[in-house]
Amino acid sequence: MVWDFSSVLANSDALIAGAIGTVRLFAICLVSGMTFGLVVGLGRYARTRWFNWPATLFVEFFRNTPVLVQILWFYFALPIVAPFEISPLSAAALGISLNAAAFSADIYRGGIQSIERGQWEAARAIGMGWGQAMRRIILPQALKRMTPALTSRAIEIFKSTTLASTVAYVELLQQGKLIASINFNPIEAYTTVAVIFFVILWPLVQLTYALERRMKRAE
Amino acid sequence: MTILRVRGLTKRFGDNEVLHGIDLDVVAGERIAILGASGSGKSTLLRCLNFMELPTAGTVELDGKTVGSERGGGRIYRERDLTGVRQRVGMVFQQFNLFPHMTAAGNVMEGLRTVRRQPKAEARARAEKELARVGLAEKADTFPAHLSGGQKQRVAIARALAMDPEMLLFDEPTSALDPELVGEVLTVIRSLAEEGRTMLLVTHELGFAYHVATRVIFLAEGAIHEQGTPDEILKSPKKDKTRAFLAGHRQFSF
Repeated sequence: MVWDFSSVLANSDALIAGAIGTVRLFAICLVSGMTFGLVVGLGRYARTRWFNWPATLFVEFFRNTPVLVQILWFYFALPIVAPFEISPLSAAALGISLNAAAFSADIYRGGIQSIERGQWEAARAIGMGWGQAMRRIILPQALKRMTPALTSRAIEIFKSTTLASTVAYVELLQQGKLIASINFNPIEAYTTVAVIFFVILWPLVQLTYALERRMKRAE
Repeated sequence: MTILRVRGLTKRFGDNEVLHGIDLDVVAGERIAILGASGSGKSTLLRCLNFMELPTAGTVELDGKTVGSERGGGRIYRERDLTGVRQRVGMVFQQFNLFPHMTAAGNVMEGLRTVRRQPKAEARARAEKELARVGLAEKADTFPAHLSGGQKQRVAIARALAMDPEMLLFDEPTSALDPELVGEVLTVIRSLAEEGRTMLLVTHELGFAYHVATRVIFLAEGAIHEQGTPDEILKSPKKDKTRAFLAGHRQFSF
């Protein structure tokens, strides 16, 4: 057989639109997932059950259900339960973000727990409250230790944006599917999609490795 | 003037009662060395005074005001009460506990910046002054990882001093140090003593306690066993347990 990418190249605008859609969804999910994950992680870390129980329930629920099911549920079931329309972007962003939050919550919790008790005591000894100690002393150190785990979480988030294609959100895989179905060229279309993912992700990952090395040296 | 008054201080960890009703008055300018075998409760006593550990029972009164508030026969301690107390009662730890992500000056400034909300320039100036006092002016921009143990402990002392505490607690400040680094830390503590600062010091350096302390407390099994001047306790102890403890530390010299 002969590989012919001309039909894919002819649809490059569609792929560019898809790439923009992918990056946009990724940015939303990364920021909201990691931020909400921190809130949930602090809840998991808290000893008060009013924070701990809801956080644990949240983490267990979203870790033990597939993201794909969550996206489909938000898109098709939520509008029936609650009286509002939901866009493909919102449904996908909601599902992926909540899932990312559940996974990153335990990364945050583990990172915070790994900080020695003496750091808390030193912060308290100069009169800091819980929040001040967390923000100024504990989190900055914990985040440094968590960077590798958070990086791999971010990569997972990037790849899971492809699940949005199930609700016809315009992202790379969705556009690839479209091109493949119009031109009957699944080999070229899906290969191109995979290559684009690699081309975007690989430099990002290298960058985070470099950052990690730099942080190690700074210590 | 009595600045600290402790009454019936009791601390339990689970079923294990570590302190059994300690009474202690600290007058401004006093330097109290707390001695005792390991497990006698001396560190716990010190840690209860700035509420690193919350007392199970009893009261701690600072400048005439009892810390915490009464509820249902016991006391509850709100964070707001405790952060106020801790600013007035500084603490230096055995393991230094410097913040590794901040320079020496950053460590000393931190309380001023975050707790006191001082402007950066003002806090920096104060930090430089305190670092100079402990002989580390030139290390202001060095991170803790590049400091020796003795230097770290001196930065920790500067960090405590920056908050203008009325009283300083030292929890075995030289126990984690290599022998050749002990001297520089003791010299700094001695200079603070000469300034007339009020301090409580848990230590194994009996010679140092003898020369610097105004009062020595010997703790045994969670209670004050014997107390008095350094001469009374270290040279002519009256009780057997104190004698036995000192006999085990014969290597110290006055």
